Amino acid sequence: MCLAVPGKIVEIYETNGLLMGKIDFGGVTREVCLSYVPEAKVGDYTIIHVGFALNLIDEQEAMETLALLDEISKQDIEE
Amino acid sequence: MKYLSEYRDAQLVRAVMDEISRTIHQPWVIMEICGGQTHSIMKYGLEQLLPADVELVHGPGCPVCVTSLEMIDKALAIASLPNVIFTSYGDMLRVPGSSGDLFSVRATGGDVRVVYSSLDAIKIAQENPDKQVVFFAIGFETTAPANAMSVIQAHNLGLENFSLLVSHVRVPPAMHAILGSPSSRVQGFLAAGHVCSVMGFWEYPSIAEKYNVPITITGFEPLDIAQGILLTIRQLENGSHAVENAYARVVTFDGNRPAQKTIRQVFEDCAQAWRGIGMIPLSGWRLKDEFSNYDATNRFQVQSIKPSESQLCIAGQILQGLKKPVNCPAYATQCTPEHPLGATMVSSEGACAAYYRYGRSQ
Repeated sequence: MCLAVPGKIVEIYETNGLLMGKIDFGGVTREVCLSYVPEAKVGDYTIIHVGFALNLIDEQEAMETLALLDEISKQDIEE
Repeated sequence: MKYLSEYRDAQLVRAVMDEISRTIHQPWVIMEICGGQTHSIMKYGLEQLLPADVELVHGPGCPVCVTSLEMIDKALAIASLPNVIFTSYGDMLRVPGSSGDLFSVRATGGDVRVVYSSLDAIKIAQENPDKQVVFFAIGFETTAPANAMSVIQAHNLGLENFSLLVSHVRVPPAMHAILGSPSSRVQGFLAAGHVCSVMGFWEYPSIAEKYNVPITITGFEPLDIAQGILLTIRQLENGSHAVENAYARVVTFDGNRPAQKTIRQVFEDCAQAWRGIGMIPLSGWRLKDEFSNYDATNRFQVQSIKPSESQLCIAGQILQGLKKPVNCPAYATQCTPEHPLGATMVSSEGACAAYYRYGRSQ
């Protein structure tokens, strides 16, 4: 139920007073509500749950996490 | 897909698992609170890659599973009414009430519709002014912003034929209930990443402090879960009990403030009955008085419903991490996804359904 999936914002517009957008989920495009991420820009990645963007994905944080795990992987190979 | 495939890298997952093996020196019990994480653990066989000293127990973080039987029975009663279009997230349609489920209501002529978003229910209300449209607003803090927004939209659009059957549950009070129980075996927590994406994790340090448990905010991909377990084990081995964020690409300490503001505008705290567990103080949200005209329980006469639960189902003990699905005498015999006795066998995130789907027998 709390499943949320990442997607890329490809369009932003307003409908009935709500900030809406089109999100590309790796080839499938859906309309979602962007009201909770008013700072969103086209090209940003966001995490979507039941038709609403919950947060923008922080690319810097994502890269740092992967770099950290990569370090563990390198140590693992050396051992 | 960016932000998915990198976190499913088998080599990286194995490396983190090896690091867990190097780190651990004694047995530890960790609870993953979220049913979505339980599902990922079973799907990717993560519990089989972990050292034997790590025991994962499954928490109550599946809103479909913990929605009270009384609330399901109210949904069935409202959905059966002739002038009602009953809208719900798809997960709820097969959850057994005292007698039947929303699918059986639909089979007998009830207008029950699955919606992807609460805003779809709003659209149905706009398109059907002569019908009462009811939306089954269930969920944890993750789903609350969407459900709250539907009330704001109904109010702004002047919709008088729209109401919500609200059954919201909150994670921190459930963690208190689990950790405060004398029978609790939980020594560390993987906190639900998407709940925290909305709420942040400012509520968690006091829990970690009070019960001396490390808490790691954890995502849902196999690498996220492996990292969450590693950070929790490191803390357990060091004797520390801090809150760490292993899902920083999505979660910040403060969470999503605009979403929290809308939740607080529409909902207020209340005691909530959890299916299989019972009443937990301040663990739910109900509509505030100024939005009571959107409360389906006020609009329809469903106050006197008396639910009747299966005596065989041990979902309550499973949801508290006291037992595992395979400990249930009905598991995979009288209780299967096709003929569920309890909600944990229905929901895609229910522990029983995850065990059954991925063929676990121990």
